Amino acid sequence: MAVLTAERPKTAARAPKRRRRISPVLLAFVLVPLVVEGFWVFWPALQGFYLALTNWDGVSAPTFVGLGNFAEMFSDDIFKTAALDTVLWLVLFGGLSAVGGLALATLLQRERRGVGFYRAALFTPVVFSLVATSLIWQVIYQPDGVFNKVLGAIGLGSWQHAWLADPKTALYAVLVPALWRQLGYVMVLYLAGLKGIDPALYEAAKLDGATAWQQFRNVTWPQLRSVNSVVLSVIIIDSLRSFDVVWSMTKGGPYHSSELLSTYMYATAFQSLRLGYASALAVVIFVLAFGVIVTYLVRAFREDS
Amino acid sequence: MRSTRTFGFHLLAGGLSVLWLLPILLVLTTSVRSFSDIASNGLGALPASFTLDGFGQAWGEGGGGHAMLNSLLVTIPTVLLALLLSSAAAFALSRYEIPFRRTIILVMLAGNLLPPQILLVPVAKLAELLGIYDTLTALIVVQVGFGLGFYTFVLQGFMRSIPGEIQQAALIDGAGVAQIFWRIILPMTRPALAALGALAFTWTFNDLLWSITVLRTGTVMPVTPALLGLQGQYVSNWNVIAAGSVIAAVPTVAVFLRFQKHFISGLAIGAIK
Repeated sequence: MAVLTAERPKTAARAPKRRRRISPVLLAFVLVPLVVEGFWVFWPALQGFYLALTNWDGVSAPTFVGLGNFAEMFSDDIFKTAALDTVLWLVLFGGLSAVGGLALATLLQRERRGVGFYRAALFTPVVFSLVATSLIWQVIYQPDGVFNKVLGAIGLGSWQHAWLADPKTALYAVLVPALWRQLGYVMVLYLAGLKGIDPALYEAAKLDGATAWQQFRNVTWPQLRSVNSVVLSVIIIDSLRSFDVVWSMTKGGPYHSSELLSTYMYATAFQSLRLGYASALAVVIFVLAFGVIVTYLVRAFREDS
Repeated sequence: MRSTRTFGFHLLAGGLSVLWLLPILLVLTTSVRSFSDIASNGLGALPASFTLDGFGQAWGEGGGGHAMLNSLLVTIPTVLLALLLSSAAAFALSRYEIPFRRTIILVMLAGNLLPPQILLVPVAKLAELLGIYDTLTALIVVQVGFGLGFYTFVLQGFMRSIPGEIQQAALIDGAGVAQIFWRIILPMTRPALAALGALAFTWTFNDLLWSITVLRTGTVMPVTPALLGLQGQYVSNWNVIAAGSVIAAVPTVAVFLRFQKHFISGLAIGAIK
């Protein structure tokens, strides 16, 4: 004990010294990861923004065209479809997975018999890749597949359909597997949030005679505020990244009916080799995501201090 | 009243669970049917055959075995490197008064939140320039670089909650920065490392976009992009395609089952922190 008290002032005196000079090891600890990320993320990102202002086939030198690529988008019908589909995707994929995930979490919130199994069942698809997910669902969607078979069996034979081949249904047919996989993820986020709510709040609400809905509205929902902003960010970022599932199911087709900005960007870059225009499309995706990222960072920053 | 409600709960939750598991069951049954069974009875019919031919074809001729090797050759180094680098950065940024440390953390996180699309073209060109285009090395470095920001952010949050006394005691004992990191802080960060490791494994293993951006040749493709190739190669051989999806899902399911608790808490880290 005596030793400890004797040591204390010494360490206190040492602390400011440490602050003045950062050891080279420590410097390397920060700089090496920073350089790796800078080289493979920030430097390419800057190039991406520059390339958006050029025409480039990837072989000859890029020619500067200013905002020409962005002007071209206004007369590009595929761009319009892709932009609309992206917004639709954001609303449907985002909205349904948030509402559905919260509903599932509320349903499976209380520890009771069987709840572990139910949670695991709903969560399982989260670990599959979106490519595997889309193959699983293609088996279901085939004209002679289970889905049409079930429709026939319950007397809805007239609804039978080549779901992925019809421009009217392709986007929605892709949305279902994406939701199948996302809902469990959002559920887990909300379960964690619900777990953090003080049970005393519910006790108090019950004493005041609050109904189940009132408890949800006045206790659960306000308490979930921080989780909500995380879920929102995750969902918007994920839906802007929903490239894999569309690419592996329809490649954006038929006739661009399920085209998202992300798939259109990839096809423009690596199939049409219009690297400048593709970079401009990427900038549009960036601008859409930017709002979310800023909110996310502001929140993280606020919690930090 | 109470028993009706319990019954209603199990009916609803059980029904949903069955609905969620049906596609998995379906792909499993499809994968063990024979081609002729599917061709003559239809994809949606009840199985009338049992064979592992689909698995044999997906693994052998279809290149699944080779793709699995590629996947592990990419995923394991990516996860180890990314966690090593990010925990070093997180250690320095959370345990020492590095100037601008908060800004550095946020900038690193911001890099991870960038939509990957903006990086695709330049990253492909950068890989070409360095002569690593179409190699697994390119895929590893790209994924390490892109993941670092998020891993660092999560790990520094965790490391900040480790009490300072432990570190001070080590300092008094004359331990250097590297020793404190390796012997003291890193072992105490194990739960977070396990959670992130499981998540990083799944993300890296399941990646499609980076693979098809920096790789071109079929023989270097990991499992996830190789599945798309399999689909093209075996158009309507649904037993082979289903078997391929099952093979592709096995490693991530195994990691999930092994690290279940960590995995879920890892996903929730962002929500609580």
